[in-house]
Amino acid sequence: MPKKQKRKTTHINNDTILVACIHMLLIIVCIIMIYPLVIVLSNSVSDPIAILEGKVKFLPVGFNMESYRKVFANKDISHSFINSFRYTLVGSLLNVVMTILAAYPLSRKDLVGRNTLMMLITFTMFFSGGMIPTFLVVRSLGMMNTMWAIIVPGVISTYNLIITRTFFQNNIPSELQDAALIDGCSNTKFLLQVVLPLSTTIIVIIAMFYAVGHWNAYFGPIMYFSRKANYPLQVILRDILMSAQSADMATSDTVLSTRFFEIERIKYATIVIASLPMIIIYPFVMKYFEKGVMMGAIKG
Amino acid sequence: MKRSNTHPMDRCQYLPHSFLKRQKIRSIIRNFDLYLMLVPVLAFYIIFKYIPMYGVQIAFRDYNPGIGFLKSPWVGMYHFKRFFSSFRFTRMVINTIMINVYQIIFQFPLPIFFAIIVNEVRKKYFKAFVLNITYMPHFLSTVVLVALISTVTNPEYGIINHLIAVLGGEPIRFLEEVNWFKPIYIISGIWQNMGWSSLIYLGALAGIDPSLYEAAQVDGASKLQQIFRITIPCIIPTIMIMLILKIGGIMDLGVDKVLLMQNDLNIASSDVIPVYVYLTGVRDGNYDYATAIGLFNNIINFVLLLGANRISRKLFDSSLW
Repeated sequence: MPKKQKRKTTHINNDTILVACIHMLLIIVCIIMIYPLVIVLSNSVSDPIAILEGKVKFLPVGFNMESYRKVFANKDISHSFINSFRYTLVGSLLNVVMTILAAYPLSRKDLVGRNTLMMLITFTMFFSGGMIPTFLVVRSLGMMNTMWAIIVPGVISTYNLIITRTFFQNNIPSELQDAALIDGCSNTKFLLQVVLPLSTTIIVIIAMFYAVGHWNAYFGPIMYFSRKANYPLQVILRDILMSAQSADMATSDTVLSTRFFEIERIKYATIVIASLPMIIIYPFVMKYFEKGVMMGAIKG
Repeated sequence: MKRSNTHPMDRCQYLPHSFLKRQKIRSIIRNFDLYLMLVPVLAFYIIFKYIPMYGVQIAFRDYNPGIGFLKSPWVGMYHFKRFFSSFRFTRMVINTIMINVYQIIFQFPLPIFFAIIVNEVRKKYFKAFVLNITYMPHFLSTVVLVALISTVTNPEYGIINHLIAVLGGEPIRFLEEVNWFKPIYIISGIWQNMGWSSLIYLGALAGIDPSLYEAAQVDGASKLQQIFRITIPCIIPTIMIMLILKIGGIMDLGVDKVLLMQNDLNIASSDVIPVYVYLTGVRDGNYDYATAIGLFNNIINFVLLLGANRISRKLFDSSLW
């Protein structure tokens, strides 16, 4: 008996060391994760000369909000910010509506033909016509240079469709549905008055997935837009970063070097503004993730 | 959470065939509004998924936008032959595959490891804190990610070159060095997605029956033994499914990240198929040629997906279908 007791204590010691190591490791991981974000935030409120001299290591040097004032005064940036906001709002709304319209009927076990439809839909996850044929379809529909070009071709993400459908299947009791339908409630009414109120979790989650996708989109807009008036914030940000780089290569020129400082000043503030909306919404959405909905995604 | 699957329709299996058929038609009529909901959905899948699949035939035609793709003359495998004999072909295939292979070796296992160690943290607030911090980079756009890379690797004021200088080295222009393109691509990918990708494994870990751990503790198993004997075996099916999906996308790369990181100085190692498809197709207007390259890419992916799925089903009994 005493021997067994001893064995147990040594194990507890080993486990304590392991747990301590895990905590240390996780703190290091957090520092690495957060550092690039902090340095950009610090740079955005620092004196550009201090940045270029390498004085900003972690905290701001020569704190001032001048860069943000410049960013807000810049017509291109404010216009593209509004564009991004519009695409995100309209896009996500359409995404969520269409995904529910697809997921609810396909979650119903009494829907004749549901397996065939599901197979046709899932197949598109693994094989597609590719970028060019899709581009040609969008172009022939006359959507170029309109916001529909970046919204409609991806209005349903099959992945989100599958997690929503799985959620409906697991969380809407079929007894409830049978009872409602026998009482003469139509499917549409049942969807609107019973299913949707029970499904806020999944709706919030897919709405966030779609919104992040729209806000951060870069490739779609450069493929379908050729006018500056249509550009979202990410494309304008990219232009600013590129002009900062080209100005960097020719700093000997005095005219260019003042321009360089000007761009350097607004560069970091624009990065912050382009990232902030998504960073702000996600803690509000995080709590919905606790239920482990991601699991349902693996097997449809 | 899963409910019993018996629906009234399932219990009819012993009834005569004609009755079943009538029942089926009755069900379609009763559920007509469900079909109505599916109309826009099917329109979307047909127009934006299946018509492009049909349109893939321009890969075998000499596409002339003026007369439409159905009337453009057939040229057989011409575009494929042209691509296979182009001097960039080998370079692009190698780059595309190698980036994915590096991702499987270095990027794929980390979220699993991360999920397992986070799962060992018992302090609720610390766990939530760590997860919130590590998820954050996932919400940044690719444009911002590339801007962050150029900030931390900046030869004048970036932290990485500062550390190199402290250690007595010469500053490196990471974004302009051929040999640094792939490491930077992978490392920044890990930074951005490690936390978020661990979500799926954390879900799998939460599903493990706690009584397994209780039994192991009674038997005096250490934490490390519990991890190797219980935790890892329990999440093998999830790992396999994620791996099959990854292998089925071995020729896939997000176009935007490479496009944003590519420049004339690193092109030898950043020249990849998806970006080339975009540049020759959309920008230069060689639609037929670009479609052929895209099709080549998709077919390889699809074949690998089928192969990986089959092997996994045989070896681990877990598969996509």
